[in-house]
Amino acid sequence: MRILTPSRVAATLLGLLAALTAAAVVGLASGPSAVPLRAVARVLLGDAANGSATDPHASVGAGRAEEVDPAAGSGRAIGGSPAADIVLRVRLPRVVLAALVGASLAVAGVLFQALLRNPLADPFVLGVSGGAAVGGIAAMSLGASLGIGHAAVPPAAFAGAVVTTVVLYAVAGARGFVSATNLLLTGVVFNAFASALIVFAASTAGLTEGTSIFLWLIGSLSASRIDLAAWVALFLAIGLAFALPSARGLNLLALGEESAQQLGLDVARQQRVLLIATSLMVGAAVSVAGLVGFVGLIVPHLLRLLFGPDHRLLVPAAALGGAAFLVVCDTAARTLLGGRELPVGAITALAGGPLFLYLLRRHHLAPLVP
Amino acid sequence: MSGKQPSLVFEDVAVQVGGQSVLRGVDLTLAPGEILGLVGRNGAGKTTLLRVASRVIRPRRGCVRVGGRPLESLSRRALAAQVAVVPQDVSIPFPFRAGEVVLMGRSPHLGTFGFESAGDVELARSAMAEVGVEHLADRSMLELSGGERQLVLVARALVQDPTVLLLDEPTAHLDLRHRLGVLERVRDFVELGRSALVVSHDLGLAARGCTRLALLADGRVLDSGAPEQVLTPENLRTVFDIEADVVKAPDGSPLVVPRSAGLRR
Repeated sequence: MRILTPSRVAATLLGLLAALTAAAVVGLASGPSAVPLRAVARVLLGDAANGSATDPHASVGAGRAEEVDPAAGSGRAIGGSPAADIVLRVRLPRVVLAALVGASLAVAGVLFQALLRNPLADPFVLGVSGGAAVGGIAAMSLGASLGIGHAAVPPAAFAGAVVTTVVLYAVAGARGFVSATNLLLTGVVFNAFASALIVFAASTAGLTEGTSIFLWLIGSLSASRIDLAAWVALFLAIGLAFALPSARGLNLLALGEESAQQLGLDVARQQRVLLIATSLMVGAAVSVAGLVGFVGLIVPHLLRLLFGPDHRLLVPAAALGGAAFLVVCDTAARTLLGGRELPVGAITALAGGPLFLYLLRRHHLAPLVP
Repeated sequence: MSGKQPSLVFEDVAVQVGGQSVLRGVDLTLAPGEILGLVGRNGAGKTTLLRVASRVIRPRRGCVRVGGRPLESLSRRALAAQVAVVPQDVSIPFPFRAGEVVLMGRSPHLGTFGFESAGDVELARSAMAEVGVEHLADRSMLELSGGERQLVLVARALVQDPTVLLLDEPTAHLDLRHRLGVLERVRDFVELGRSALVVSHDLGLAARGCTRLALLADGRVLDSGAPEQVLTPENLRTVFDIEADVVKAPDGSPLVVPRSAGLRR
């Protein structure tokens, strides 16, 4: 009998971490001015060596960089070389944000799918991302008039996600029965409503530069505020802190609420925990990237195909896999058209739309027994 | 546990579902070593009684005790370690393997981050072998037939290692051989002073497999006792609205032979 062991979890996660690292290095190397992979590695290892200085190769790299720019302080010793500048100042923040957003969306997708017992659930499809975006835009326009800046955007996006999820569950899950049809239709309506509110709020608040609204609606990292990265990381960390200990409970929820209770799970409490975790992660992702769609659908689906549905592996794997996936997508978005950038949401939608239709066809619209 | 303490007690249990009275004061006691068969018409409240005993629904009135303690005094985990349920069927939206589903039965005994130990895996393997589904361990639940799923659920409940086993139509999808197999497993289970409550529409199996039967009608226990005392033409007319002969099988157990539907309604 094949079963999940801690060592299999560890080995799988290490593999995914390697994939994420590779994706990040390629992402750092790619762009209008290509930096050779080896140079990227040297810059990164050099940077790491400033902190630890244990790896002999890394020390060599750092030493060389300092030769180039002896004036640089110890904190940013290698910031001087043009390649290092591009890699660390221009691309690294972008890659880090892509990783954080991808991880948040993929884990939120896994959690929604377990919560609603439906492999089609995704924060974007369900309209929860839209709700978060409404919260974020509202905070942005209010913040501009009250002068509190962008710091209010992530908490407001979180609040928007909470409200949307609660309403979604109340509408689609009326009488304790969540049908796929109800869920998807509710999501369609939520998304249309959210788009209207976003455009409305943005217009009245004078945030009318067409491009920024466009980028929010399609999802992009090109105008992301790196100063929000700490918020995103914090929300993701809290969300994971809720989600990881819930993993075995998520397995039980797959059997249905009644069976889960009979196997000892406090289902109501578990649902509240998941509501908070998903809302935090969706709020985080949307505040910096807008409505990037389908990541929560594509990544969990692929990971389930590869590693099976056990959430003790699936939840952490989705964090790493989602991060790697969005880094790759964003690199493609930056480089596919040469000098001009595509919004990353266009890439994920191009990949996710067909997959969604395939899943819809396979699972029909069968209502699930509660 | 002492041999005298009842495993499961329902005291005057009344339940409403959607404003309708489903149970109207049920008194039942399940003694150690007993297999109690619950029979009655569709909608008589049999499944509801199992839901009350596993605390999925709360009774409007009355009390349920497990091992002498009221249900509400136990945490969900503690309850799940004592009471296991074999549902009629399960629908799983993800491709969990049968072996994984059986191992989920160990949940009440594991820690928060818990991974199953080698001992847990061995328990699951032997439970699957006992009900004859060991060969399905690595198959996805989505590919199994209704009967195979049902056997997997029996194995899951056995792995839960409870003192009380609640079975809801555990043999509905099973062929004759597996029906008898499940019945034998339940008999083995109660031999160690544990008990089982079985809901079944299969009167023949109920008569042979259960030590006692309870007839549920209109949300109350109409009659209970040894199978031959309960399965009488009069009781069958009252409860099921059928005309039936009850004959003796060679082993002495009552055999119900339905003749015609009743004239009521």
